[in-house]
Amino acid sequence: MMPAPPAGSGSMLVLSWFDLALASALVLVAMAISAWQRLGLVRGFAIGAVRAVVQLAAVGYVLAFLMTTRQPYLILLTLLVMLVAATVTATERQKRGRAGLFLISGTAMLIGAGLTLAYVDAVVLRLRPWYDPQYLIPLFGMIIGNAMNGAALAAERMNSEMELRRGEVEAYLALGASPARASAEAVRRSLVAAMMPTLNMLMVVGLVSLPGMMTGQVIAGSSPLTAVRYQIVVVFMLAGAVATTSVVVALWYRSTFFTAAEQLTERRTA
Amino acid sequence: MSPDSVAAFSLRGIEQRRGGTHILHGVDLDLPASEVIALVGPSGAGKTSLIRLLNRLDDPTSGTVSYQGNPISSIPVRELRRRVGFVFQAPTMFPGTVADNLDIARALSQVTPRVDGAPNRAITAADALRLAGVDAAQATRDAQSLSGGERQRVSIARALMSNPDVLLLDEPTSALDPDVAEHVMATIRSLADTLHLTVVMVTHRLAEARNASTLTVFMEAGRVIESGPTQTMFASPNEARTREYLLREPRE
Repeated sequence: MMPAPPAGSGSMLVLSWFDLALASALVLVAMAISAWQRLGLVRGFAIGAVRAVVQLAAVGYVLAFLMTTRQPYLILLTLLVMLVAATVTATERQKRGRAGLFLISGTAMLIGAGLTLAYVDAVVLRLRPWYDPQYLIPLFGMIIGNAMNGAALAAERMNSEMELRRGEVEAYLALGASPARASAEAVRRSLVAAMMPTLNMLMVVGLVSLPGMMTGQVIAGSSPLTAVRYQIVVVFMLAGAVATTSVVVALWYRSTFFTAAEQLTERRTA
Repeated sequence: MSPDSVAAFSLRGIEQRRGGTHILHGVDLDLPASEVIALVGPSGAGKTSLIRLLNRLDDPTSGTVSYQGNPISSIPVRELRRRVGFVFQAPTMFPGTVADNLDIARALSQVTPRVDGAPNRAITAADALRLAGVDAAQATRDAQSLSGGERQRVSIARALMSNPDVLLLDEPTSALDPDVAEHVMATIRSLADTLHLTVVMVTHRLAEARNASTLTVFMEAGRVIESGPTQTMFASPNEARTREYLLREPRE
């Protein structure tokens, strides 16, 4: 049923469907606690567990298919689908200017995540062929997930800072300041908010958390020292992608708060 | 208004709509230079909306605002804002000390050369503070710790750093105690005299308009009902509605 694990991962246990059924007992624990404490989450956990199985199985087949066919255009198409899904997720909860923000966040992630992936591919890993799906898709998955959080945080914080600082921004404008100067503090705080989770991750990685990719590599039989090298590439890559994506979002989104005549746009009632 | 004075601002056919509300209805108005002009009228008359048009914090939905004979849309907006200062009802202090606030204003006033080629007549922070009635010893205080009246004065000093020709004030005393308000108004009057500033101020306090202004504009429900020399307006206005508003029993 599930795609067979790649050959060569000698020391890794292969899970049967029976093993997965045994693991599902752990979700039943969560459901039992939910019922006991009347959290109203029993149904949610049931649906969530089924969705997780279906989604992961589906993505397993897709990855297995991509790794077998190794068609560059199919791999790029997959990356694009991931980008669009991340853009939808990053913008669906934003209250203000969602259509414009979709374009802004999507482009920002294309630039931030795309450039980072290209650099890691061509310069750091020097993949042959460049579209090797074994590396490209997992790496892009990690990059886009983090870039998405950066984009969402940058936009959300920008929105609240611009609302909170209306008086300050207008005081600057009234003195003849450019919109960039008037909103500099809002942009700064929005970028700090967007980058802080990544910075925190750099600070504690390996201490409080063992990243999923490294854990996976170790379970799959890689030497921990090899896994660590990959993980170092990954955390640096995430820092670059999040910073680039956030700065594009913050600076571009900022422009939507000002008219061409350098006035604050009308306050939108959410 | 007085026939020998030059119009600083001319407004023609101004309509303003915001979020489905019709705020200003066909406003035609001349605001002469070097006068202290009080905009009075009940809440919701459109007074604040009107002065926000003068340094383009907002643009009207239709109609033309001219500054010294030129449509303000033809003047680079930052240049216009440096020549036409704006003091908000509840001014926001920038982070740092009073001196830092003035430094920010000074830096902003010198970023671009004036379009008319004249040098920026920079005034010193000490001058600005003195003109706004702020004791020089206050310069090192944290601006966030100032009282309402002090903020209002620092905000005026900040606006003076670019050596403006016009000062717009949006209810500068509405949040202040009556005696503090009186001092701030005295400062505004003396500024107008010393610097030959054109002052346009929105006020709710009729006594303030009567004592401090040379010209009064009465607005109601988005329309200019009547305007003229303050003495005439308060003594014998033409319109019944003006009379009703200006000559009623003082509320304060």
